[in-house]
Amino acid sequence: MQPIETLHEAKRILKICNACRYCEGHCAVFPAMETRLEFQEKDLYYLANLCHNCGSCYHNCQYADPHEFQVNVPQTFAQLRKESYVLYTWPNFMGKILERNGLWVTLVTVMSLIIFMLLTPILIGQKTFLGIHKNGFYGVISHEIMVILFGIVGISALIILLISMIRYWRAIGLPPLWTIRIRVIKKAVWHALTVKYLDGGAGQGCTYPNETPSLWRRRFHHLTFYGFLLCFAATTTAAVYYYLFNWKGPYGWLTLPKLFGIPGGISLSIGCAGLLYLKWKADSPLIASKNTGMDIAFILLLGLTGFTGLTLMFYRYVGFVGPLLIVHLSVVMSLFLLAPYSKFIHAFYRIIALINYELESE
Amino acid sequence: MHNDVLVIGGGHAGLTAAITAAENGAKVLLLEASPKNMRGGNSRHTRDLRIMHHQPTKVLTDIYPAKEYWDDLVRVTNGQTNKHLAYLTIRNSANNVKWLQQHGVCFQPPLKGTLQLGRTNAFLLGGGKAMINALYHSAELLGVQIRYDSTVTMLTLDENHFVEAILENGQTIEASALIVASGGFEANREWLEKIWGKIAKNFIIRGTPYNRGLILKQLLEKGAKQVGNPKQCHAVAIDGCAPLFDGGIVSRVDCITLGIVVNKHAKRFYDEGEDLWPKRYAIWGHLVAQQPDQIAYVIIDAKSEKMFIPSAFPPKTANTLLELAQKIAIDPDALLKTVHEYNASIQPGTFNHTKLDNCHTQNLAINKTHWARTIDTPPFKAYLLRPGITFTYLGVTVNDKAQIIMADDQPSKNIFAAGEIMAGNVLAEGYLAGTGLTIGAVFGRIAGKEAAQYATN
Ligand SMILES: Cc1cc2nc3c(=O)[nH]c(=O)nc-3n(C[C@H](O)[C@H](O)[C@H](O)COP(=O)(O)OP(=O)(O)OC[C@H]3O[C@@H](n4cnc5c(N)ncnc54)[C@H](O)[C@@H]3O)c2cc1C
Ligand code: SF4
Ligand code: SF4
Repeated sequence: MQPIETLHEAKRILKICNACRYCEGHCAVFPAMETRLEFQEKDLYYLANLCHNCGSCYHNCQYADPHEFQVNVPQTFAQLRKESYVLYTWPNFMGKILERNGLWVTLVTVMSLIIFMLLTPILIGQKTFLGIHKNGFYGVISHEIMVILFGIVGISALIILLISMIRYWRAIGLPPLWTIRIRVIKKAVWHALTVKYLDGGAGQGCTYPNETPSLWRRRFHHLTFYGFLLCFAATTTAAVYYYLFNWKGPYGWLTLPKLFGIPGGISLSIGCAGLLYLKWKADSPLIASKNTGMDIAFILLLGLTGFTGLTLMFYRYVGFVGPLLIVHLSVVMSLFLLAPYSKFIHAFYRIIALINYELESE
Repeated sequence: MHNDVLVIGGGHAGLTAAITAAENGAKVLLLEASPKNMRGGNSRHTRDLRIMHHQPTKVLTDIYPAKEYWDDLVRVTNGQTNKHLAYLTIRNSANNVKWLQQHGVCFQPPLKGTLQLGRTNAFLLGGGKAMINALYHSAELLGVQIRYDSTVTMLTLDENHFVEAILENGQTIEASALIVASGGFEANREWLEKIWGKIAKNFIIRGTPYNRGLILKQLLEKGAKQVGNPKQCHAVAIDGCAPLFDGGIVSRVDCITLGIVVNKHAKRFYDEGEDLWPKRYAIWGHLVAQQPDQIAYVIIDAKSEKMFIPSAFPPKTANTLLELAQKIAIDPDALLKTVHEYNASIQPGTFNHTKLDNCHTQNLAINKTHWARTIDTPPFKAYLLRPGITFTYLGVTVNDKAQIIMADDQPSKNIFAAGEIMAGNVLAEGYLAGTGLTIGAVFGRIAGKEAAQYATN
């Protein structure tokens, strides 16, 4: 579907929903919808990002396929979300990457793998590359190089993300951040951190992958998100150790980087595997086929980040620290590079939509 | 393969009965006429159940005592109710929410769309289809065997005793006990035409196309004692653009009290402001059915915008009444005349849509007694109205064990009924929001238990 068609389809469906309102208890989308009689583009891009694709309003809709009304909110909104990503991403032409995201993520990951693979052995020699090192993986690539490389990429990604978010923030008509009460922001962030709207409305869970409500999607999402945070904490504490205390790795089992990193890596791997499994099992009407590449690429990238990081923790026992590190770094590099141009951004669009919702409900 | 209990109809009543029978140790087979993805009959369109309660709960505000429930029932039915069965229903309604919750159904706290009924009615989270999905899941877990695309066309009885059911494809199914929960006959156009004549061709069926009354007819032919007026049906005026079946709630047109209603000759035919809308909701189906071609139009102007929940279908809109008349193809002069006379007869008053206000007309053949405001501010809007049938009242008589009563006034030992097919015992006329499901819930549980007991003893 073309964006304009998706917008039309969303308008058509919302007219029906607004006359029905049976789903108002499921999530924030319906109460937000009920305050509007007409839907402009900005309303639609707002509502679409408020939707968590939990499936409830599809499986519980008496007007869903095969009914002639063919109401399918989650699928239409998923499509619309992607279009909003493309539209508000900065710079505009980079939106193209989001359109064929699966391809791009694969491409970038493979490219960084090739570059790392070719350069590292050349720089440090074949033998060191395949050996086991006394001072861990910093023996393969020096700490400075890693920090500089990932620092630059990370900071650029952050800036781009920020600009894109400001564009979306303004587009849906939110007032400047500093005019919004802390209470509103707190509530929105809390609902994001707990993924409130994957609870189905009464804590029964969402109808994903099928019509029987279940909390597994939310659990896997928690494992993924908090696993990611733990991994992030592991990297950060390692940097602090190194720069502030001049403690060099590899760190022991009872040090913070390991205590964060190992559960984080496990959690992230399980979470992503779970999300992939649910996606694979999901009733097809819940899936917007054009989003599948983007969704799967992101989950895989995150999952691989966790998993390869985890194997690296055990490198002393498996050897091959060079290749393992290279794979891990390539995946992380790809994640960083594509942070503003992959499904990574869904979290930010979601938070902004949630802030708008809380603001409107005040 | 032997079945203890056979249930015909996989709506809310049938599922409640099947689950209860299975929980009471019976081997249950449920036959549903529709394919899986259209299962749930009219129950898939529902929203709420009317519940007696003596203290506020998470899903119900305030209290709703049995006496008040009973008074409401007598009022809407003009006393056409069986007091014993009605009280049985009212008292047992108190268990409905808990029972449904135990079987995976969720409720929502009173929210925006539900406030006015939040005291008397408990609202299903996600509506009827969410409930139906949960009950099917629950039934499956209990080992109830479910067969879709299975329309029962005939029943074999041996002296008031159920023997076997015959499917459309000729297959016969035996069981020790039968529970009928196959709804009314509202989707059977030939039957409707027999009662209403040709005008029934223009009726819209608000719910499932599968409730054709085949089982009801079989039972009545084989000596079941009927209940309810066969000539009555619950009909409301709905958006004329709705599909012929299954349009459900979104075809509701809620602005009749705000404007005027004219027929195709641009003539008003009833007091649009007679009473608060919920109380008059159900008379407009019959009113529109009596108009030429069974159509009418509500005309409102810009002042009424945003004062009601719009239907899913866009109204005809125009900046002049002339243009509007052309768009809906009625005589412009006649429409202008009607609106002009109406506008001219409006008395001064203070408009208040939430109560019976003092805005009314004077000296018209048909006055509008409340909420009468001039129709003069463009854009003007016209909603097409047609009669939409919710359900029929004709049913089988039952006793307090949900056994159907036969012509000799004796109960059948092994035929039980629940839901719309027997709702006429409690509600033979009129309607009280949320009682359809409540009757199905109470008699579904009774039928399930009694049938299981009979079959397993
Ligand atoms: C739009 C709409 C909204 C409503 N809202 C409410 C509400 O909010 N609250 C309320 O209490 N009531 C409501 N009602 C009324 C309510 O739907 C009924 O009272 C209730 O659903 C009846 O349940 P049931 O199980 O008896 O019938 P149904 O749910 O209609 O189930 C009957 C089932 O039997 C099957 N069947 C029929 N014939 C055969 C056959 N020969 N062989 C096999 N299977 C067969 C049908 O396919 C169907 O699935 C509403 C009705 C409509 C139309
Ligand atoms: S998704 Fe379906 S059931 Fe839910 S509000 Fe919309 S039309 Fe109604
Ligand atoms: S899919 Fe879930 S989150 Fe999205 S609109 Fe429907 S109920 Fe809400």
